[in-house]
Amino acid sequence: MFWIGFLIINTLNIQVFDTPNDDGSSITITWPADISLKGMEITRSLKSSGDFEKIVDLTARDSIFQDATVQRGIDYYYRLKWNDPEGESFSNVAGPVRAQVQLLNFFRLQNIGLLIAILFAFIIFYISHAQSGKKLTIRRIPGLTAVEDAIGRATEMGKPVLYVPGINDIDDPQTIASMSILARVAEKTAEYGTTLFVPTCHAMAMTMAQQVVKEAAIKVGRPDWYNIDNIRYLTDDQFGYVSAVDGIMIRDRPATNFYLGTFYAESLILAETGHSTGAIQIAGTAMSDQLPFFVAACDYTLLGEELYAASAYLSQEPVQLGSLKGQDLGKILFIALILFGVVARLLGWNFFYNLFSVQQ
Amino acid sequence: MKRTIPLVIVFTCGFFMLAAFFIPVRFVQDTSQMLQNWYIGVAAFFVFIGIINLIKINLEKIQRRLRDWQYSFILLGFLFFMMFAGFVLRGHTEGPVFQYMFNYFYTPCSATMFSLLAFFVASASFRAFRAKTPEATLLLIAAVIVMIGRIPVGYGIWHGFPSLVEWIMTVPNTAANRGIIFGINLGLISMALRVLLGIERSYMGGGD
Repeated sequence: MFWIGFLIINTLNIQVFDTPNDDGSSITITWPADISLKGMEITRSLKSSGDFEKIVDLTARDSIFQDATVQRGIDYYYRLKWNDPEGESFSNVAGPVRAQVQLLNFFRLQNIGLLIAILFAFIIFYISHAQSGKKLTIRRIPGLTAVEDAIGRATEMGKPVLYVPGINDIDDPQTIASMSILARVAEKTAEYGTTLFVPTCHAMAMTMAQQVVKEAAIKVGRPDWYNIDNIRYLTDDQFGYVSAVDGIMIRDRPATNFYLGTFYAESLILAETGHSTGAIQIAGTAMSDQLPFFVAACDYTLLGEELYAASAYLSQEPVQLGSLKGQDLGKILFIALILFGVVARLLGWNFFYNLFSVQQ
Repeated sequence: MKRTIPLVIVFTCGFFMLAAFFIPVRFVQDTSQMLQNWYIGVAAFFVFIGIINLIKINLEKIQRRLRDWQYSFILLGFLFFMMFAGFVLRGHTEGPVFQYMFNYFYTPCSATMFSLLAFFVASASFRAFRAKTPEATLLLIAAVIVMIGRIPVGYGIWHGFPSLVEWIMTVPNTAANRGIIFGINLGLISMALRVLLGIERSYMGGGD
C-alpha cells in the first residue's frame, strides 16, 4: 500500500510515490524531462504550506529522483523549483506521501523467485526419485571420464599432477565447485601415491584446499601421502601467480594439469605453457570468454555448467545425480519458455513478454 | 558434530543471503550485509596466513638447499625489502623507494607476463584452426572472415566484410554465448541447492 499524489502545472506533471519493493527507505519523484528548464532543484516539506527545503540540484535532462533521506511513516510534500528569465518558478505541491516497508520484493519474486522455485522443485523431485532406488542415467561428460586416465598417466610416468583451482577466492562458486572436484582428484592421486601440487592464489583457498586434500588422503587410508607443502599459497597478484605456476610446470614437468575454477587473461598463458611441456590437460571454467582458449589449448574442457556438475558426476551417488537430472529438466523448461517467447513476440502476444519484463 | 556445525552455518548463511534478495526488510538486509562484512574481515586476516606460508616454505627450501633455492632467496629478499619500504621508510607506500620498486620492478614484470598472451594466442590459433574436421573448418572460415573484416584492408577487398563480421558476432556468436551462460546459471543454481541442503559436502574435505 502506498500513497500517490500528483499535480499538473502548465506543462510539468510531477508525481510522487513510495518506492515499490524497498525497505521503506525512499520516496520516488518523477516528472517529464524538459531541457528548457534551468537551475532545477527538488524541495521538500512536512506541510503543504510550510517551508520547503532544497534536497538536491537537478539537470534539465533528469526526470526521476529517489529521495533516500526520508524517515519511515512520516508524510512529506515535494515541489520542483527552477529559474525562468522572469525569476524563480515552482511546480505545485505533490503529496502527502510516506515511505513504507514492503515485506517482499514482488518484482523479483514474480520473475526470478518463481523460476528458481520451479527449478528447486525439479531437483528435489529427482533427488527423492533417486533416493527411492530408481536408476538415473546421466549423459557422458568426456572431460570427467578422462580424469582417472589422466591421473593414471601421471602415475605411470612417475610425474606429479598439477591442480590449479582458479584465481578467485572461496567466495566464488566456481572455486567451491573446484574444491569439490579437487577432493575426487586428491582421492585418486593419494590412492595411486602420485604427487599432487595445488598452488593457490589466495590464502583462504589454500587453507580450504589443504583440508580437502588431507581429508581425501585419510579417506583412502593414505594419511602418510599428504604433504602440506605441496598445497601452497603463491601470491594474490594475477600475473605473479601465472609466472609462479608456469615455473612449476617448467621445473617439475607435471604429466597432468587440471585448470578448474575462475580464470581470466591468464587462462591461455597457463594452458599453452602446459601444452609445451607435453602434459595432458583438463580445464573447466564458467567464464564464457575464456572457454575458447581452453578448448584450443587443452585436451578436455568442461564447458560452463559441466564444472558445477563435475563433483556430482564423479561421485556417481544417486542423490547427487538426481540433482543433475533435475537441472537438465529445468533446462528443457527454460528452452521451451524461450521458444514460446519467440513465437509469442512474433504473433504479438505481449502478455508473455511482459511477464518477464525486467524491473528493479 | 565435526560436520554438522559447518553444515548448519552454511545452510543458515546461504539461506539468509538468498532471502535477502527477495525480502527488502531492513533487518534482513542489514544481517546479509553484516555477513558479507564478516567475510571481508576473515579474508583480511588470511593475508597474514598466506605470508607466513610463503616465508615458511621458502625458508625451508633455502635451509635444505633444495633445487633452485636461489630463487627463494630472491623472493624472500624482495618480500622483506618491500615490507620495509612500505612500513618503515619515509612516505611508506607513497614514498620514493616503494614507488620506484613498484614502477620499475613490479609493473614491467607484470606487463611482460601479460604480453606473452599475444604469442600464445598465435600458437593456440594455429593449432585450433587446422581444418581437420568439419567443425574446425567452420571455425577457420569464421575466424578468417572476422580477422579480415576487422582490419581496414578487409573493407578494401569487399565492402560487405564489416557487415558480415557484425552479423557473425551479434547473431551466431551471441546466440551460442547466451546458451552457455544460460547453462552456467542453471548449473550454479543446482550446485547452490546441493550445497545449501548439505547434499554436496566434498568441498569440506573427506568426499561424502
